[in-house]
Amino acid sequence: MLRKEPFAVNRDGSVAINLDADQRDLLRHLFAELREALTLDTDEGLRRLYPTAYPNDAERDAGYQALVHGELMEKRLSALDEVEATVDNETLSIEQLNMWMRSINELRLILGTKLDVSEEDVDFDPEAPDAQARMVYMHLGWLLEQVVSALMGTV
Amino acid sequence: MLSTAIIDSPRLTSPIIVDEPKIDVGLDVDTPWVVIVWNDPINLMSYVTYVLQKLFGFSNEKATSLMLDVHEKGKAVVSTGTREKAELDVFRLHEHGLWATMQQD
Repeated sequence: MLRKEPFAVNRDGSVAINLDADQRDLLRHLFAELREALTLDTDEGLRRLYPTAYPNDAERDAGYQALVHGELMEKRLSALDEVEATVDNETLSIEQLNMWMRSINELRLILGTKLDVSEEDVDFDPEAPDAQARMVYMHLGWLLEQVVSALMGTV
Repeated sequence: MLSTAIIDSPRLTSPIIVDEPKIDVGLDVDTPWVVIVWNDPINLMSYVTYVLQKLFGFSNEKATSLMLDVHEKGKAVVSTGTREKAELDVFRLHEHGLWATMQQD
């Protein structure tokens, strides 16, 4: 059992990562899936990563999307480079943990969109065909809460 | 109003009809844009609060109050300004996976 907080900000401003090998393996696997989804850029679950900016002006929105879509993708992939390179680290910088946060959130956005999650808490059904994906989604939610809780004291 | 002043002028013997010009460009420049964050079922409340603090320098109280507006009322205005500023703010919010849009109110 994990007793220490998974992410703890040290006095020197570094962040101690207390995740076991299984948790890191899961993350490594998920980050690789994120990279594939971002790179292929065809997954329906990516919808929430590139929202409409001008809901009342289709022409301006098309301009905005043309301008920023590639830049958003590039920023996400470059943060993910750093995240994948540090997945086994014992410590991270605050900036690196912010990158972890964004990548974990992107995974949640993609997975949550595919699972069509709603605000109402649905009882978890271990027999459901999407049970495994829902467990991963819940785990990522827990992990993100831990990251945010550690970062909250740094802003 | 200039047009009224001309019409009411005693030197004019008959009323004249003045077409009020509609200047769209003026509206575009002067009316501020608002950036709205919308509720979505995926982003965590704590995450939204943190991102608002980080991107806009809000206090925890202010960010929490905006996040609660998003959660309970469905949306909140998080910034206002020129179109360029609003677009940059929308971009930074999109970069963090929040559902943000902009419009002129």
